[in-house]
Amino acid sequence: MTPPMTPLSREQMAWRVAQEIPLRASGGTYVNLGIGMPELVANHLPDDAGIIFHCENGILGMGPVARPGEEDFDLITAGKKPVTVVPGAAFFDSTDSFAMIRGGHIDITVLGAFQISRTGDLANWSTGGADIVPAVGGAMDLAQGAKRVFIITNHQARDGAPKIVETCTYPLTGAGVVSTVFTDLAVIDVTPAGLMVREILDGLSLADLQAKTGAPLTAAADCPALARPQN
Amino acid sequence: MNGSKIMTIDKRVADIAAAVAGIKDGARVMVSGFGDAGNPTELLHALIDQGARDLCIINNNAGTGRLGLAALMNAGRVRKVICSFPRSSHSEIFQQLHRDGKVELCVVPQGTLAERIRAGGAGIGGFFTPTSAGTPLAEGKETRVIDGIEHVLEHPIHADVALIKADKADPLGNLTYRLAARNFAPAMCMAAELSIVQTAKIVAPGDINAEDVVTPGIFVDRIVHVPDPISEAEVLLQQEAGSGEAATGTNQQQAAGL
Repeated sequence: MTPPMTPLSREQMAWRVAQEIPLRASGGTYVNLGIGMPELVANHLPDDAGIIFHCENGILGMGPVARPGEEDFDLITAGKKPVTVVPGAAFFDSTDSFAMIRGGHIDITVLGAFQISRTGDLANWSTGGADIVPAVGGAMDLAQGAKRVFIITNHQARDGAPKIVETCTYPLTGAGVVSTVFTDLAVIDVTPAGLMVREILDGLSLADLQAKTGAPLTAAADCPALARPQN
Repeated sequence: MNGSKIMTIDKRVADIAAAVAGIKDGARVMVSGFGDAGNPTELLHALIDQGARDLCIINNNAGTGRLGLAALMNAGRVRKVICSFPRSSHSEIFQQLHRDGKVELCVVPQGTLAERIRAGGAGIGGFFTPTSAGTPLAEGKETRVIDGIEHVLEHPIHADVALIKADKADPLGNLTYRLAARNFAPAMCMAAELSIVQTAKIVAPGDINAEDVVTPGIFVDRIVHVPDPISEAEVLLQQEAGSGEAATGTNQQQAAGL
């Protein structure tokens, strides 16, 4: 058996998520990227693919980050970074913005996670620690409202604890909301039949992956290798 | 059309002190803005000078840096903050006050916060939302399964006062906003008993095309002209680009003429 390949880097994980975002140039795909690693996904999507980025603070058609010297702090991302807009962009108020989210008009949101459960529960807003001020922002609305919720995360926490678990121990962001989990080791769909491994890191066995996971996984015998960019 | 009647309406006040006059101790105060976009910083500093205390603030965040909401909290005027995201970068003043037990915090999901404010302004007695169902933020709240999905009952939020930053206003109180600085302002103008607006530009009635009005003047009570509003993020950026020497809040405020 060949030794496992290197786990995907953050950029490679973002690339893998980007492959899953349908390009529908005529109708548009409306995507909301969470703060942090999810923002990297934009680096791996073609400019003219009909993808419109939604920003919870009231922007459809968010463009690249503003260049130094061109920042305008009335035009920022959810993460408070100065940004630009593309031609055809729209501004609106917070109630309209969350009508888009809660009303099921956002096709895909990409979020980070502390924990994901076997049934697709998501915990990503609070560790419940008394020493940290809780802050939820738009996470619960996005988790509940987007048509599909993609999670981008390392397979294990820094201390080696599994992030995919039987039951979340951290406070929930949403119950049964996750569609697919993209990790540095695998792509895993949340299905009514449980967690289905769709791709697994080349050279890593299902038993190896299971040992790093806190909930039961199943996979087809011919489960393909985890796709990664060529370069 | 005969516009002569409404032309006599003039909601402008003489200066920023007049804009915040009469705000009482214990008031519930909505504050527009998201991050640095749309913060009514000058109105907040006028409120510090005005002296009202024991305030309950409703904002998306809980103040960043040293100016505006952070300065109001640092002056000991705030009893409670209702917000979605108090842990932004540079939110140290709030975090310290909260740790010391000096400011109470109520965290509300952002979309629920916006809709509760809108409901307050629109005469809606409450609504069921799927957001937060099954999470700790739904604990103790009434729930109902609608179309097979669990929903949580949320109540409207009203305020005594809204402090709002607009880009353009006419004397009737019709408003527009710059770029993404709109965020919570339109809903907050609706939900407060007294809506006070600082605006960068004041134009004549009719100069904001009726098709382009974002907040209609019916939701606005007082307008004050603040032609060159400060952006703290811009100040911080300039400082980083300049000497690299971290300025204190005091000399930032002096530089800003606050």
